[in-house]
Amino acid sequence: MTATLQAPHYINAEMQRSEPVGTPPAARRSSPWADKLFSSLAHAAALVTLGLLAAIIASLVMGAMPAIREYGLSFLWRSEWDPVKNSYGGLVMIYGTLMTSFIALCIAVPVSFGIALFLTELSPHWLRRPLGIAVELLAAVPSIVYGMWGLLVFSPVLSTFVQRPLQKLLGDVPVLRDLVSGAPVGIGILSAGIILAIMIIPFIASVMRDVFDVTPPMLKESAYALGATTWEVVFKVVLPYTKTGVVGGIMLGLGRAIGETMAVTFVIGNFNQLNSLSVFEAANSITSALANEFAEASEGLHQASLIYLGLVLFFITFVVLSLSKLLLSQLKKREGSRT
Amino acid sequence: MSSVAVSAQAALDASRLDHHKRRKLINAVALTLSLSAMAFGLFWLIWILFETVRLGIGGLTWALFSEMTPPPQAETGGLSNAIFGSLMMVSLATLLGTPIGVMAGIYLAEYGQKTWLGSTVRFFNDILLSAPSIVIGLFIYAVVVAPMKGFSGFAGVLALALIVIPVVIRTTENMLTLIPNALREAAYALGTPKWKVIAKITLKSARAGVLTGVLLAVARISGETAPLLFTALSNQFWTSSLGEPMASLPVTIFKFAMSPYENWQKLAWAGVFLITLGVLALNIAARVLFRTKN
Repeated sequence: MTATLQAPHYINAEMQRSEPVGTPPAARRSSPWADKLFSSLAHAAALVTLGLLAAIIASLVMGAMPAIREYGLSFLWRSEWDPVKNSYGGLVMIYGTLMTSFIALCIAVPVSFGIALFLTELSPHWLRRPLGIAVELLAAVPSIVYGMWGLLVFSPVLSTFVQRPLQKLLGDVPVLRDLVSGAPVGIGILSAGIILAIMIIPFIASVMRDVFDVTPPMLKESAYALGATTWEVVFKVVLPYTKTGVVGGIMLGLGRAIGETMAVTFVIGNFNQLNSLSVFEAANSITSALANEFAEASEGLHQASLIYLGLVLFFITFVVLSLSKLLLSQLKKREGSRT
Repeated sequence: MSSVAVSAQAALDASRLDHHKRRKLINAVALTLSLSAMAFGLFWLIWILFETVRLGIGGLTWALFSEMTPPPQAETGGLSNAIFGSLMMVSLATLLGTPIGVMAGIYLAEYGQKTWLGSTVRFFNDILLSAPSIVIGLFIYAVVVAPMKGFSGFAGVLALALIVIPVVIRTTENMLTLIPNALREAAYALGTPKWKVIAKITLKSARAGVLTGVLLAVARISGETAPLLFTALSNQFWTSSLGEPMASLPVTIFKFAMSPYENWQKLAWAGVFLITLGVLALNIAARVLFRTKN
């Protein structure tokens, strides 16, 4: 038998294809243009998002141009901020922003770790969901509520129970005395830092909880089977496995703390000074300077300097959030590759 | 067995027991600290909610909704213009931002999942999601308020819409990627064009999730103050014109809370109570909705 395919004998070159009977079915109602339109709309929306970020950066740089030309980078370490003399420098605000965020992280990181540990290892199953929701609700409370509560409820309490006792205790100690000086109203870097901490705890805690859950149960069970205590499992197995994710979560919280506006504006005191490094002295941050001064700032160097501050703020958060995103995606990649 | 070996064994046992005890102690201390961290977190939530209710519920009268913001030290007055302004700006911003967010989310989940553009958009969207909202205010000031030579409700709407977009993109993409591929393939096998697959199959199956995202976005912008400060500014009077400065609940609260006048502070607490109630209700509604549909 030959392996070649042969046309059946009834087909030959002369044979004509028969004309189709009747009309072809009506064209599909969904013609290709609908598909193209939808696809281009989706693409356009994605590009708009990308363009948005570029436009934000461009508009900030353009708005800040007069101040950038005037001061250059020295703006970052000039501490004078005087609208009357029309002379500006951002050091006071940048210090305030970094210091409050630092205090916030010092409080929030251990607490969030504790909460994540509780939610993943200790809590009974039926309690996990409600507690998780409660923590997330803490993140949903608008920042203006934190601000008002901080100013009218928390600051007096902080003043009575922390500031005054500390001032009494350290009143005669030379260096420490200067760190707690200030009017006894509980306003300043410390209360702003504490309120920021309360605000970022939910963000850090829920990221930590999520990455802790990523740890393969087999890894944990093996450690438990070897006789490890709960703490040892978390500290020596879960934490090393998830450390990039944990750092990513902390960075996310830091990004939030740096950019938070209203809560800080209420309690930081809004006073441009750097003479005293006391945590109870009124100070200022980038966001609160913007919130308080921008609407009334005269056009020209004052406004440009404020926009320059905004640019610095955006740059810092951009770097911090990018780092956070990279670290978190690294963990996700590993999760994908595990078998 | 020699007595030396026995005593060595005893010493070893004792040291092991000691070590075990120390480990158990560390464990107990750590777990207690973890429990107190949880209590610490809940403590703030309860304290804040308690104070908000205690100080705000007294101001919850009919006048709050029917009268406009009063001058300092007036006897009566409410927040009607601020409530109206907030409702108007939030709803317009949601209407404006949601379609763009959903479309971009569709792009990320259905078109550009593994493309270079897709991952770039995803990356920058996540940054926009956590970017300081006051910077959005600066941006809108530069591109809308300054050229139009005046603060306006319209600028406030735009600023809020820019906050809605990243939230909606994030949830839409997440929800669409949860839809199993078999559903898409089945639709394709029947000859359905791609846009119809997305609109009628995947988006429809994910609608509870997408709606959750929109609700969360609404909750987020209802409490936003910073982007409104120098876009919509504030207004002492009732206005429904988007071309004028417009009052909003958060900005009014900010102004009133920072003032020394007692009647203003009281109104601010009532406003804070309203906002907290609204935002928490939206959040809980979003969760319930998402849960029942899944």
